[in-house]
Amino acid sequence: MDLKLDDIGHSYGDLEILRNINLDIPKGKILCIVGPSGCGKSTLLRLIGGLEKPHQGQVLQVGDVPKECLNPLTYVFQDFALLPWRTVEGNVKLVLEDHKLAANQTEAIISDVLARTKLIDFRKALPKQLSGGMKQRVALARALAVNPAIMLMDEPLSALDSQTRELVMSDLVALWERAPFTSVYVTHNLNEAVRLGHSIVVLSRRPGRIREIVEIDIPLASRHLGDAELERKQAQLWQLMRDEAMAADQELLSV
Amino acid sequence: MSKTTDAAGSPDAFKTVVFRGGGFAPRPRRWVGLIVFVSLILLLEFLTRTNVITSLTMPIPSDVFWTFMELWQSGLLFKHLVPSLSRLMVGAAIGCTAGICVGIVIGLFSLARAGLVPLVAAIFPIPKIALLPLFVIWFGIDEASKYALIAFGTFTPTVVATYGAVDNVDRTLIRMGQSFSMAWFSIVRKIVLPGAMPGILSGLRISLAIAIILLVAAEMLGAEYGIGAYILQAGSLYDLERLFVGVTILSVLGVLVSGLIGLMEKTLLDWRV
Repeated sequence: MDLKLDDIGHSYGDLEILRNINLDIPKGKILCIVGPSGCGKSTLLRLIGGLEKPHQGQVLQVGDVPKECLNPLTYVFQDFALLPWRTVEGNVKLVLEDHKLAANQTEAIISDVLARTKLIDFRKALPKQLSGGMKQRVALARALAVNPAIMLMDEPLSALDSQTRELVMSDLVALWERAPFTSVYVTHNLNEAVRLGHSIVVLSRRPGRIREIVEIDIPLASRHLGDAELERKQAQLWQLMRDEAMAADQELLSV
Repeated sequence: MSKTTDAAGSPDAFKTVVFRGGGFAPRPRRWVGLIVFVSLILLLEFLTRTNVITSLTMPIPSDVFWTFMELWQSGLLFKHLVPSLSRLMVGAAIGCTAGICVGIVIGLFSLARAGLVPLVAAIFPIPKIALLPLFVIWFGIDEASKYALIAFGTFTPTVVATYGAVDNVDRTLIRMGQSFSMAWFSIVRKIVLPGAMPGILSGLRISLAIAIILLVAAEMLGAEYGIGAYILQAGSLYDLERLFVGVTILSVLGVLVSGLIGLMEKTLLDWRV
């Protein structure tokens, strides 16, 4: 299943956030969205997943939802959004409970996703006992548990320190290599974008429009920290964004 | 800074940086509470025995204690305590349950909020004691009117605490539930309710204290036995020892209830950071 954004526009009151967004989200690829702060990239992600209604245009689903998919459009949030009163296992189970699965099936899914995110030894831990990186792994496990057709990731690494970010990023790459998933990945971090994105959409400052789409052909597994080609791409992205970011920074907020 | 690097370089130029952090972090201090209690009572004992404070204004603490022992040995203590506790429990259970339900409804539905919040605000400040005669007409002179008074008094603070607690549930968790297509009722049961639990419990702390206060008022309604009735009787006879025995029992009851809620918080809210 693919997604197609058809002329999306959105505003909050008089404040126009997004304008004329036309975009195809292809299967099995990671699409990154970058842009200066306040350009509406997180809003766009909420529109894509149906957490908000666009004022203009529509989000179209192309093709049918795969049968084994429990929640086609699944988010991974910046602040993890784990229930603090549930254990690691309980947090994953939460999103399966409404699907009326057999007990052994639920158990199998939980074990599988916890193994894939290296959390097997932490099944019974509460979120307060986990580091930021671990919490985001739990959130990833929870997202993988519902077998999403498209993962919508809203700055998933932004709440982590740079070392943890590097670790979780390689976990993400490993997960994708094992079973390529479709993802829309919103970030303000250009390094993340060039490391994880098959294509990178650059938004202009508010109201956000698509300025350019940069494609990167290097396979994810062979993109390493400090790779010259990636550095070039990152510099290119920064060139595109620099003036916009500066102008956005100087804007007065009237929200 | 410059002193240590200047040419003179005398040893007295080195100084320890003054510590100015710390504090503002309450730590548990065992026994301090008890020591304050005991020393206050000892002081009172001394002042009353030496007649600095006359027996007309304050009873001697040890006399109060012996009056209590008498009450206990005569078996009358439980005759007073049992009906009081049952009134307290039934009344508070009705009031708090209704309060939590209404509070959750207010927290979840805008229409209920718009309609009920002003109503609750209007009921809250009414002194429930002022309505005593009405309660007798509505619910009779028996137990029902006592339950109703305590229930009525605990209801409003519980409502206010509960809808505040529901308002304070992290919205990102609710969005998360929606993003996984969780059913509405599942979101309420698995995210909103546990999330509101800390606020509801601290509201209960206040409501139950109010329930104890209202116990005395409730037992003004023609109760033969009960701690409240016992206090009222002693008061009208100006029997200070018995009055203080009754008041102390209520006070101990308050400490026990508060401890009970502390225990509930420890077990139910062990997930809190």
